[in-house]
Amino acid sequence: MSGDVPFQAGAATASPGMPQAVRAGARWRVAARTALPFLVVGGLWEFVARLGIFPPRLFPRLEEVAAAFIRLSAAGILPHHAVETVARLLGGFALAAVVGVAVGIAMGRSRRAEDVFLPLVSIGAPIPGLAYAPLFMLWFGLGNLPAILLVGFVSAFPIILNSWTGVKTVKEIWVRAAQAMGAEDRQLFRRVILPGALPYILTGLRIGLSQAWRILVAVEMLTAVPWGLGWLIFGAREFLNTDVMLAGIAVIGAIGLALEKLVFQRLEEFTVVRWGMLTS
Amino acid sequence: MSAPGQRMRSFRRAAVTLTVAALLYEAFARSGLFAQALAPTLPTVGRTLATMLLDGTMPRHAAATLYRVLLGFGLAAAVGLPLGILMGRFRPVEHFFLPLISVLMPIPSLAWVPVFILWFGLGNTATVLIVFYAATFPMTFNTWTGVRAVNPLWLRAAGAMGAEGRALFWKVILPGASPLIITGLRQAFVRAWIAVVGGEMIAASAWGLGWVIFDAKEFLNTDVILASLAVIGIIGFAFERLVFGAAERGTVQRWGMVRTAKG
Repeated sequence: MSGDVPFQAGAATASPGMPQAVRAGARWRVAARTALPFLVVGGLWEFVARLGIFPPRLFPRLEEVAAAFIRLSAAGILPHHAVETVARLLGGFALAAVVGVAVGIAMGRSRRAEDVFLPLVSIGAPIPGLAYAPLFMLWFGLGNLPAILLVGFVSAFPIILNSWTGVKTVKEIWVRAAQAMGAEDRQLFRRVILPGALPYILTGLRIGLSQAWRILVAVEMLTAVPWGLGWLIFGAREFLNTDVMLAGIAVIGAIGLALEKLVFQRLEEFTVVRWGMLTS
Repeated sequence: MSAPGQRMRSFRRAAVTLTVAALLYEAFARSGLFAQALAPTLPTVGRTLATMLLDGTMPRHAAATLYRVLLGFGLAAAVGLPLGILMGRFRPVEHFFLPLISVLMPIPSLAWVPVFILWFGLGNTATVLIVFYAATFPMTFNTWTGVRAVNPLWLRAAGAMGAEGRALFWKVILPGASPLIITGLRQAFVRAWIAVVGGEMIAASAWGLGWVIFDAKEFLNTDVILASLAVIGIIGFAFERLVFGAAERGTVQRWGMVRTAKG
């Protein structure tokens, strides 16, 4: 699910054994190679935009998008939207993490909890989270509350399912060994079950966060929050401000990329390295 | 681990849970804490669902949604799978497309909805393209990974036994990459399914399950919302279990690529 390191092939070319000059040259080549597709696509875009087949309001030139980006950033509008979006994402996700991990672990530990929650979770999980949006809007009104609750609700499912699987797959023999050595319930949980299930729980958190991210923008469009990147894009449509929309999408892409590189890949490396196992 | 007796008990408990949940909801709906329009009783929802199924509106909404999701998914497969294979086999293709993909993939497909509405108007085209956008990347990405992850030993063994170009591709690379290709298709469908519902809500046209949910909100027809949610859940579940489960059993498991015990 998470992105592989995209420029990995380049990193391998510039191995540390090479002399300085060669390494610098290789790095330069990698940079050029990475820039090439963007230049080609950017050039094509610019070409089509200048041809004037489409009205310039709908298909702005790249300078206009960049100008909109700079203007909105300098005015502090774009950062404000971005901060609100990220805050909403983290709020919903934190809710889901706390509830999801607790429910998932309870399901893994107690057969009764499993029997109670599993049917509910298996009914709720296959419905795309966004489909609940109108229901949440009817029940909780417009604005922040339904948006955060919905994001939390959606990302809770993978967290619950993975925590549950993680606890269930803790090796029976570890549990029995710990018990034979006299571990009490509390110790057993903290020292054996939790570390054993952690790779799965982290995977669940990662999937939950990426699902939350994928629907958050649309949720913002629907629930009419006062600030937020989704709302920015959606509102700009009314005035045919395609340049603003594309600038907003660029910020969304940057946040998504940052989540991918800084959060998901770190989490994966952390678990894989620390426990020597590859999850997912 | 699940002896018949235990499975029976789990089944009974599941039934009890669902009944209790339904009764709680029913009590809540009848208590009058929430307006009837916002929390309809379960018989009302059931009646609405039955009416909509019988008078043909619900099948028509479902057909519109399925048409969009399958068209977008098919287009994505037509582009994503060959692209992934080419990226896995040819370095220059990989160098060109990988940076683009890693930049475009983290953008949620639904962020494009307003732009696509402006470019293509409301209706089918915008929704199908959003599904296409959502589904292409997981397919390409997983196919690429799958082709690259084919055991080099198999390639050399097949080469030593005289397999060339075409035979190598059809007999070794494609089956070898298939577990990840199927994973990619699966992920792509999940995302396509989310995208189609969201796309229909925003890029509204006259038919579609996403549209009907969103439209019902305007008129406080919560029973219609809940009935459509049930249909959406059933279709999504059916695809996940029946279509992709069957695809996996028919190919990967038959070839012994993954342990059958996993499912």
